[in-house]
Amino acid sequence: MAVWIKACAADDIDDEDVIRFDHDGRTFALYRKDDQFFATDGLCTHEKIHLADGLVMDYVIECPKHNGRFDFRTGAAKGAPVCIDLKTYPVKVEDGDLFIYLD
Amino acid sequence: MHIVIIGAGECGVRAALALREQGFEGSIDLVNGELHAPYERPPLSKPGDDGLIAKPVSGSEHLADKGITLHSGITATKIDRGTKQIVLSDGVVLPYDRLLLALGARPRRLAIDGQDVPNVHYLRHFEDAEIIHRSIESGKRVTIIGGGFIGLELAAVARQKGTVVTILEAAPRLLGRAVPAEIAAIIEARHRAKGVQVLCGTSITSIDAQGRILLGDGTQITSDAIIVGIGSLSNIDLALDSGLDIDNGIAVDGRLQTSDPSIYAAGDCCSFPHPLYGGRRIRIESWRAAQEQGDHAARAMLGSSDLYDAVPWFWSDQYDLTLQIAGMSGDAKKTVRRAIDDTALILFHLDQDGRLLAASGIGPGNAIARDIRIAEMLIAKRAHPEEGSLANPALKLKALLAA
Ligand SMILES: Cc1cc2nc3c(=O)[nH]c(=O)nc-3n(C[C@H](O)[C@H](O)[C@H](O)COP(=O)(O)OP(=O)(O)OC[C@H]3O[C@@H](n4cnc5c(N)ncnc54)[C@H](O)[C@@H]3O)c2cc1C
Ligand code: FES
Repeated sequence: MAVWIKACAADDIDDEDVIRFDHDGRTFALYRKDDQFFATDGLCTHEKIHLADGLVMDYVIECPKHNGRFDFRTGAAKGAPVCIDLKTYPVKVEDGDLFIYLD
Repeated sequence: MHIVIIGAGECGVRAALALREQGFEGSIDLVNGELHAPYERPPLSKPGDDGLIAKPVSGSEHLADKGITLHSGITATKIDRGTKQIVLSDGVVLPYDRLLLALGARPRRLAIDGQDVPNVHYLRHFEDAEIIHRSIESGKRVTIIGGGFIGLELAAVARQKGTVVTILEAAPRLLGRAVPAEIAAIIEARHRAKGVQVLCGTSITSIDAQGRILLGDGTQITSDAIIVGIGSLSNIDLALDSGLDIDNGIAVDGRLQTSDPSIYAAGDCCSFPHPLYGGRRIRIESWRAAQEQGDHAARAMLGSSDLYDAVPWFWSDQYDLTLQIAGMSGDAKKTVRRAIDDTALILFHLDQDGRLLAASGIGPGNAIARDIRIAEMLIAKRAHPEEGSLANPALKLKALLAA
């Protein structure tokens, strides 16, 4: 059953940045851009490298290993070397905390 | 319009796909000299947790879906520039309006007697990797000739499997000029700490039929396998035979066009003038450059006049360490150190006016990746970043991009 999980304080993420969040044996990447928040799977679909070490530019996360790029709003892979999209998750902010909706 | 691409490595495949992404609707023939469907080379010297696998650049089905005709296990033997035709090893003749040479490179061979004995291995193709990885197993002794990237990556893999490893390097230190001495020293120290025997400044006199290596100082080294990684030579034969200009690789202009306007070359096989480095002609062997040049050549063949000016970028993985280098430090006059913590270090290389030319980083996992990526963007912008900010790991480099 899907539930809202408290991930962190919203301000733990700087603007145009990403952090890692681990829960129940799974790992995620949480993003902030112009006070909007987003969540995706944590690992790149090319070689399972954590995206939280990557660079956020606009709405794109770039993988730190071989610079594969994803739009973190939709999870869409933006071209070689990544061709498989990232899974995304709904998020909400309540009382300054960021929640992620996990199944 | 017919486009033929010779070589289905990282570069040729990328070019074929990019042609379709650009909306090209004519025929695309991709001549793949190998039996395997196109695969990535970097994992050959550093297989992941799943062991050695031929990781596809792009699946054959995907290429077929895009209307790209893949000729596998077939080489191009001749370019007839007069009639604009390519002759293939199976006798097929392909006409072309535009031709891309993405021929890659091959290992430089030892220039001594004994280089052909059965347990001497070179690494470029998947089949080479299969033999090499079978030969590095626990308890075996492996000697690696050449302390460059491929040799060092294989040394790390071999040590992790419990192989006894000796590295023989002719120069006074590992990794040559491409890597700053301080970073090469960190890598060498790690190899030694892991039990690799590193011998620099060695010369090899001969290898006998039993695979015994005789060094210049009289030392004899016995091993179960010898792996040679002493650099590579670009595959220029086809271009040379057809009279194209050659200059440290197939010479192309800033658009990646050869001396024949219908023929382009890209990836490891070509040398090109780099606008960021005073138009100096360089040849790079880098996985990402192969993709970027494939992409660029595709657009150039369709008429784009853009110059190829991407910042050279390279990475290597050894043990838990990742090295990344962006740019070229050859003309640097000054180095600024950014010690991210005790284990991760970035060196920024600046010219006399403070322009950032290159950045080299080493650290565990992806500790240096983000900063190297930002450095790459600064290099592309020909930025003169404030040295105090570069040196201070508490300051985010991203702020420099806005400046
Ligand atoms: C073991 C290894 C590890 C590497 N690791 C890294 C790394 O960690 N980081 C990095 O940045 N780079 C790395 N590289 C370099 C990177 O893989 C190359 O830069 C890249 O593969 C170049 O792509 P290419 O398409 O130009 O050439 P290639 O990948 O060599 O492809 C060229 C293809 O053309 C074929 N060919 C040649 N002549 C003909 C002909 N006449 N007819 C038909 N086919 C022909 C060849 O057989 C080959 O399949 C590594 C290379 C090797 C070998
Ligand atoms: S692991 Fe992310 S692009 Fe390769």
